[in-house]
Amino acid sequence: MRDFYGTTLSSGLMLGTAQYPSPAILAEAFQRSAASVATVSLRRESGQDRAGQDFWQLIRDLGVHVLPNTAGCHTVKEAVTTAQMAREVFDTPWIKLEVIGDADTLQPDVFGLVEAARILTEDGFQVFPYTTEDLVVADRLLDAGCEVLMPWGAPIGSGLGLNNVFGLRALRAHFPDVPLVIDAGLGLPSQAARAMELGFDAVLLNTAVAKAGDPAAMAKAFALAVRAGQLAAQADPMDPRDMAAPSTPLIGKAFLT
Amino acid sequence: MPDITIIGAGVAGLCVAQALLDRGGRVTVVDRHATAGPHACSWWAGGMLAPFCEGESAEEPVVRLGQEAADWWQAHTHAVHRCGSLVISPARDRADLARFARRTSNFRQINADEIAALEPDLAGRFTSGLFFENEAHLSPRAALAQLRARLEIGGTVFVQADADPDDFAKRGLTVDCRGFQARSDIADLRGVKGEMLMLSCPQITLTRPIRLLHPRAPLYIVPRGEGVFMLGATMIEGRAGKHITARALLELLSAAYALHPGFAEAEVLEIGVDSRPAFSNNLPRIRRTGDLIRVNGLYRHGFLLAPAVARMVADLIFENITPEVMDETAA
Repeated sequence: MRDFYGTTLSSGLMLGTAQYPSPAILAEAFQRSAASVATVSLRRESGQDRAGQDFWQLIRDLGVHVLPNTAGCHTVKEAVTTAQMAREVFDTPWIKLEVIGDADTLQPDVFGLVEAARILTEDGFQVFPYTTEDLVVADRLLDAGCEVLMPWGAPIGSGLGLNNVFGLRALRAHFPDVPLVIDAGLGLPSQAARAMELGFDAVLLNTAVAKAGDPAAMAKAFALAVRAGQLAAQADPMDPRDMAAPSTPLIGKAFLT
Repeated sequence: MPDITIIGAGVAGLCVAQALLDRGGRVTVVDRHATAGPHACSWWAGGMLAPFCEGESAEEPVVRLGQEAADWWQAHTHAVHRCGSLVISPARDRADLARFARRTSNFRQINADEIAALEPDLAGRFTSGLFFENEAHLSPRAALAQLRARLEIGGTVFVQADADPDDFAKRGLTVDCRGFQARSDIADLRGVKGEMLMLSCPQITLTRPIRLLHPRAPLYIVPRGEGVFMLGATMIEGRAGKHITARALLELLSAAYALHPGFAEAEVLEIGVDSRPAFSNNLPRIRRTGDLIRVNGLYRHGFLLAPAVARMVADLIFENITPEVMDETAA
């Protein structure tokens, strides 16, 4: 498994911490998901008085790597400021960088993203950029110092799965050594398995688990799917073909009629 | 009959006082403030007695215990309106409405005509909704004032003092109902910030609470009568600061505008910011250590759950029945 800024993760599942019915259910979902990373948003909880510390403590207590994010930031400056605060609060150089370009689709502003990634990398951050599957943008992000890429599967919270399998496959092929994480848009475990089968290193999701009727059970379902997809990718899957290929030899078969 | 001191005159304290009084207890209520006001979380409550709607995200006890609330408040105040509640979504968020329906019960699906019949001012604006006919709402401030008056008539003494429940418990049975103020004594209590607005908009008439579903900024609007509406409420992990954020203000007002553009003409009467006291499962808990009983964690369900929790406190004190929300581990 490719490592993430020198850290090898115990599973290919990263889980968000927003929108759960209660912190107790959040903790149970994490336990059953075997997720290796928890993402947490500081944007809405921000403030001089560190108002969110009770919740942040709960995230730390999950016992997984914390990946703070800049969710909800629409400008480079906002994202950089939020990242700096996150580093202080969680004592980690990791930052999931989101610079949102469109409020309706929550599509990343890739121009601002590259700029913010450069600023943060120079400041010592290890940046996990939320990007599209665009190859040129990916190149620019790597130039800016990113060593991980997080392309979307579909718009955040849409549950549509992998909208552009061709583009994602191309991204994987272009950057064989870069850890790639499908971030956003997954709604079902089968979609997560598909991402892992394509050779992605991890998937990051939140709504699909948090908004399920039984978040803990859905977390387990994703854990199994991610593992299944990962094993499949390692097992060198067969290539599809147009014609039937008999799995038992025809020659020598007894003539029964 | 035992003398019991209750610390805190918010919705929890007053309901516990009434439940104890109803069972023959002699009650003194101690609070830092002389009257109910914006210092209390319950002052800013939406006042929806909507156990079935809450089932969308709350656990089963909220739905079950919350069904006691409307009758209890109706028996003890004149602040209750039993008109049901209405859940709608913009057409593009239809998936959220379907999910809400899957997660809840005791409603019927209604179409555009039925929405128009229930709430004429929403005619032509929404094509489908869920009508929770058996739900109710109340005016929290009126309910608190009426309950307090009723308690005083019943002989309950109100004392204005900054009280330490542990001190009082040395002298007799004490119930700590301070809500988030008890944070320093209850390590696992956390604050969940809520922001809300009171608007005056006489040109719009709504009869019942409306919930407008939205993937990021869900909103409820509760009519307070005479053209006044309460808009709420954000749910943010973290205790409240002093002031509302611009983001919350934008989201609340945009959602209100999406419900009815007439809200653009509303006057903003009040802005509220406060912390709801909550435990990790967002359910209330009753803890007992000797003569000190702590009642807390009513979260966003103060008016909805206080009657049931108060009943359990009375059961515990008078009949030694262990409440279902008793927190044994903490004792």
